[in-house]
Amino acid sequence: MTSATITPGRTARALRSTGARRHYITLVIVLVVLFFTPFIAPQTTMAVLIRTLIIALMAIGWNLMSGYAGMFSFGHAVFFGIGAYTDAVLLTRFGISPWLSMFVGAALAAGVGLLITYLCLKYRLTGSYFALATFAFAQMFLLVSMNLPFVNKTEGINIPLLPNESWALMQFAPDSPVYFWIPLVLVGGAIAITIAFISARSGQFAQAIRDDPTAAESLGINLMRYRLIPVAISCAITAVAGVYYVQYYLFIAPEQAFGLQVTTNGIVPAVIGGMSTLWGPLIGAALIGPLSAGIANIVRNPPPVLAFVKGLNGLDVAVYSALLIAIVVFLPKGIYGSIRERVRR
Amino acid sequence: MSVDVSPPKTGPTEPATPRGAMWRSGTLRILLGVLAVTVIGLALVYLLGGKEQSLVTQGVVTGLLLGGVYALVSLGLTLIFGVLGIVNFAQGAMLTLAMYLVYFMVTTFGINTYIAVALTVPIMFVFGWLVQSVLMNRLIADGTHERPLLVALGLALLIVNVLLMLFGGLPETVPSPAAGSIRIFGAIADVPRLIAFAGALVVAGALILVLRKTPLGLSIRAVAANGTGASLVGVNVKRVYAMTFGVGAATVAVAGGLLAPFSSLVPSVGDQFTTLAFVIVVLGGLGSVAGAVAGGIFIGLLQTIGALFLPGSGSLLLVFAMFVLVLFVRPQGLFGVKR
Repeated sequence: MTSATITPGRTARALRSTGARRHYITLVIVLVVLFFTPFIAPQTTMAVLIRTLIIALMAIGWNLMSGYAGMFSFGHAVFFGIGAYTDAVLLTRFGISPWLSMFVGAALAAGVGLLITYLCLKYRLTGSYFALATFAFAQMFLLVSMNLPFVNKTEGINIPLLPNESWALMQFAPDSPVYFWIPLVLVGGAIAITIAFISARSGQFAQAIRDDPTAAESLGINLMRYRLIPVAISCAITAVAGVYYVQYYLFIAPEQAFGLQVTTNGIVPAVIGGMSTLWGPLIGAALIGPLSAGIANIVRNPPPVLAFVKGLNGLDVAVYSALLIAIVVFLPKGIYGSIRERVRR
Repeated sequence: MSVDVSPPKTGPTEPATPRGAMWRSGTLRILLGVLAVTVIGLALVYLLGGKEQSLVTQGVVTGLLLGGVYALVSLGLTLIFGVLGIVNFAQGAMLTLAMYLVYFMVTTFGINTYIAVALTVPIMFVFGWLVQSVLMNRLIADGTHERPLLVALGLALLIVNVLLMLFGGLPETVPSPAAGSIRIFGAIADVPRLIAFAGALVVAGALILVLRKTPLGLSIRAVAANGTGASLVGVNVKRVYAMTFGVGAATVAVAGGLLAPFSSLVPSVGDQFTTLAFVIVVLGGLGSVAGAVAGGIFIGLLQTIGALFLPGSGSLLLVFAMFVLVLFVRPQGLFGVKR
């Protein structure tokens, strides 16, 4: 800002880009720090950390559509499942690399998401009705996958385990840090896309529409177009999470792809961390992932003090659902959202 | 805030008929509409379906009885979703909770199953009342639908998993005092299912009476029609909300109790009903008791008759396709009046 004559428009753009730049710098720092995790964290915790990254990716995807664009999706399992099954089918039937499946799955999921949302918006479904309709679509995909011989019905699809490491087919030694780095890069990419989207014009429009559709429309914003853009991005990100899920667990079945649990896995971290915030989904996942895994572990092998919890299956989900209720009731902006508000004041 | 009982308003405003008359004509319309569609559909299946008659008759009887069960579960939801606007995803979990309460009483104190049902009803009423007054009333003030939905989702997970911790995941059975089956037109009908069907009709009748003839019903309808207006004329809206959720939970208690004798009891037993109850409530028209009964029976028949033609869970797919279609084209319910 050395120039003496700055037009107001330029100032605004400069401010916005410095905001985005700050986010990008934070992101790079976070990624670099997390990059070294596999060398520090004990091997036994890697599975938990990888699962945490997968749900973080789902939460980031869900947050774009349901947080920033304000269309509460209760059926994001559709897009996760599309990604997962795209990868499983393309790999087992045609030997196509998972890297390619990420793009195919993302494109398919974005297409389906656009179609579903377009229909919902065209028929003016909002609020609870929108949530119910997306949920109904998830149930339909679940039922179809359970009855379709092409995807092995309820038995699901196993990805054959390779004898050697292969970058092309995304298989590595069981303790390889690459299994952590790939989802880390995906999460970083998803956050970068979110930053780019919210600081771009279309992201500003989408948020304006969320806050007041009538005002936005009267300013000449095309409601349908700027609602559909975040939907496509959101569905694509969620599908990539599905692709990686299959590559890591080497198995997919209808319930793991399209079940209500899948949708919940994406929603809960975003809500606990803070909807409509950039870092909320990641922070929520970082809290929920290790917490549930830790409790499940204690239930399996309790220390002597907690001997009574042995075999209490369900304690992990019970704690996480109690946490969800508490956060929604007492911290409606989520953990990160509330802290940010406190700091800004 | 205003409670959104009516679906998105698209048509012209309602004609100036007294509210009571509209309720009654709406009910009649729903019942006649569902009856007509059902009769025509069944006639087509009998004449053109190409299936054995006895098979279809058995399907009809099974479907009717299944529909009774569905109706019973949906009655509570039509109040909670219709009046409070809460997408209560805990409906199925509350059903499971009621079933386990009955199971617990029967196995611990050795009392008759149906007496246990009667004892479960007030417990569930208090439970529902507490959920609304402690949790939901805090959220409803800011008018968003997401926070109640998220709390209901959390509640559903919490109930199911606490039950899993307490009772384990192995299937349990509740002894039925009235076992056996009878034959209707050559088709077999289990007595406990017949009792559940009768229970659905009784609960629906009682609910209609409560809504139309009692001061509580009057305030519930007033709050549903216009929350701000009701509070201006001295209705304690939050109290009415709590009572509504309580009544909704109490009807679920009846449903759970009557279902328990012919269900294999696991903590996830209620999950399937949550989705179906939403389908039925939207199909029948929000807040309509008669619509919930008609919708329940309609979906029960659709599912069992559909199963004759579509293998596996394909008939459920039919149900959801129907649901989405209704959401898109007739959000006021299949035979509901546009308001």
